[in-house]
Amino acid sequence: MYNQKVLDAFANPQNVGVIENADGEGTVGNATCGDIMKITLKIENDKIVDAKFQTFGCAAAIATSSTATQMIIGMTVDEALQVTNAKVVEYLEGLPPQKIHCSVLAEEAIKKAIEDYRAKQQNKSVDKTSIEYV
Amino acid sequence: MRIYIDHAATTPCDKRVVEAMLPYFTDEYGNADSQHYFGRDTAKAVADARETVAGLIGCKPNELYFTSSGTEADNWALKGVALHNRHKGNHIIISAIEHHAILTSADWLENNGFRVTRLPVDSTGRVSPKDLENAIDDQTTLVSVMYVNNEVGTIEPIRELADIAHKHGALFHSDCVQAMPYIKIDVKELGVDLLSMSAHKFYGPKGVGALYIRNGVKLDKLICGGGQERSQRGGTTNTPLVVGMAKALEYAVTEMEENNSRIAKLRDRFVDRVLAEIPYVRFNGNKEHRVPSVANFSFEFVEGEGILMLMDFNGIAVSSGSACSSGSLDPSHVLLAMGVPIEVSHGSIRFSFGKDNTMEEVDYTVEKLKETIAKLREMSPLFNLKTGGTYNV
Repeated sequence: MYNQKVLDAFANPQNVGVIENADGEGTVGNATCGDIMKITLKIENDKIVDAKFQTFGCAAAIATSSTATQMIIGMTVDEALQVTNAKVVEYLEGLPPQKIHCSVLAEEAIKKAIEDYRAKQQNKSVDKTSIEYV
Repeated sequence: MRIYIDHAATTPCDKRVVEAMLPYFTDEYGNADSQHYFGRDTAKAVADARETVAGLIGCKPNELYFTSSGTEADNWALKGVALHNRHKGNHIIISAIEHHAILTSADWLENNGFRVTRLPVDSTGRVSPKDLENAIDDQTTLVSVMYVNNEVGTIEPIRELADIAHKHGALFHSDCVQAMPYIKIDVKELGVDLLSMSAHKFYGPKGVGALYIRNGVKLDKLICGGGQERSQRGGTTNTPLVVGMAKALEYAVTEMEENNSRIAKLRDRFVDRVLAEIPYVRFNGNKEHRVPSVANFSFEFVEGEGILMLMDFNGIAVSSGSACSSGSLDPSHVLLAMGVPIEVSHGSIRFSFGKDNTMEEVDYTVEKLKETIAKLREMSPLFNLKTGGTYNV
């Protein structure tokens, strides 16, 4: 049911892991629903120089996580905020309809990580994680 | 390498069965209801097949009705009995872990004014006769509980449940689709009034099943048509498939003991190795009341579809009851009924072994499974949160 591009992205995910002392970090989703994505960013002068992810979820969730990190590396944070789930799906040349919701996770995680980055810039602290694992 | 460990989904059709079926596609193609000799020859083959299957489950030939599938048999039993007896009562009872053929038929009845009780199960997937005793009332016309659960392989106490149903004047149906390859069925000993079966689970062809209906039990028709199946189920009899089902059941019964002990050895080695070599894994099922084929595990911190697909990349076919692979958002209703935590249930895989699997395949599967789980856990924020990313904690 997945196209070859999605299968490849799932089989060989890029940017797996966690950046130590990340400039921005965002975690979205919850274990009960079956998907969680955590994204960490290294940002220099408002430009994303590195991004890593960890994902608990189905093949589509992993493929879109990997793709999203690849897309945003090299972007400014403003550009990265324009990366919607539709763009991630487009990059992967489509997902089965019942899997579209999985791609929303990546968009939300990026937004949350950038929010975290901006908050840190303003020396504020925000809630970094919302993992609900029991 | 191609390794098939999904025999609860379907089995390959035995080559001897295919041989037996072939003449009825080409040379012996008559309609079993035709009066000329083409029809008479075919009718004889259908009658023989009916007699064979009936003999193997301990019923009379006129108590056996061929259907297109186990699903059709389940639909017929549930809706047919409930609708026929609605003047007596509007309550039916099923278990919470039934196959979707039963679950959705019960939903349909519920939407059409019936009351449905879904019996709970314990943590191993067993229905308690006490719960049935508490649920049954004078409005109950039918109780339906599967003999063997398709996801975890647990065997249900059918005889006890049937006795309770009868004590209260209700009929008892059992979906025996998953039991037939592993347990010798005798409808009298089981005490069932109706029983569903499906050929492709016991190395027969897909597209054919049967419903046993004890003489004296009345139910409404589901498929209206000609006079086939004693006018109870319309549709030209599918001679080749019916012949194939009878042949397959013959082999299944005569070779059952040998197959069961072979398959159990494979399953046992698999279960032992998985539990010993993969951390954070939960065995789902009953260690005593079970068929020899099924091993269901939940692998914590990972999701079932990813496991299934990575195993598939390695040529190993298994099944996931998890939300994402089935396209629905709900995890397995069976595991949830057994009390498996929802977040753990997402990482569940059913392995179901068959008579043609080998020990080498089992060992190869364990190795690939270890790699698969490790790879997905490396990516999982939950695993890293819980363990700091290592198995050695």
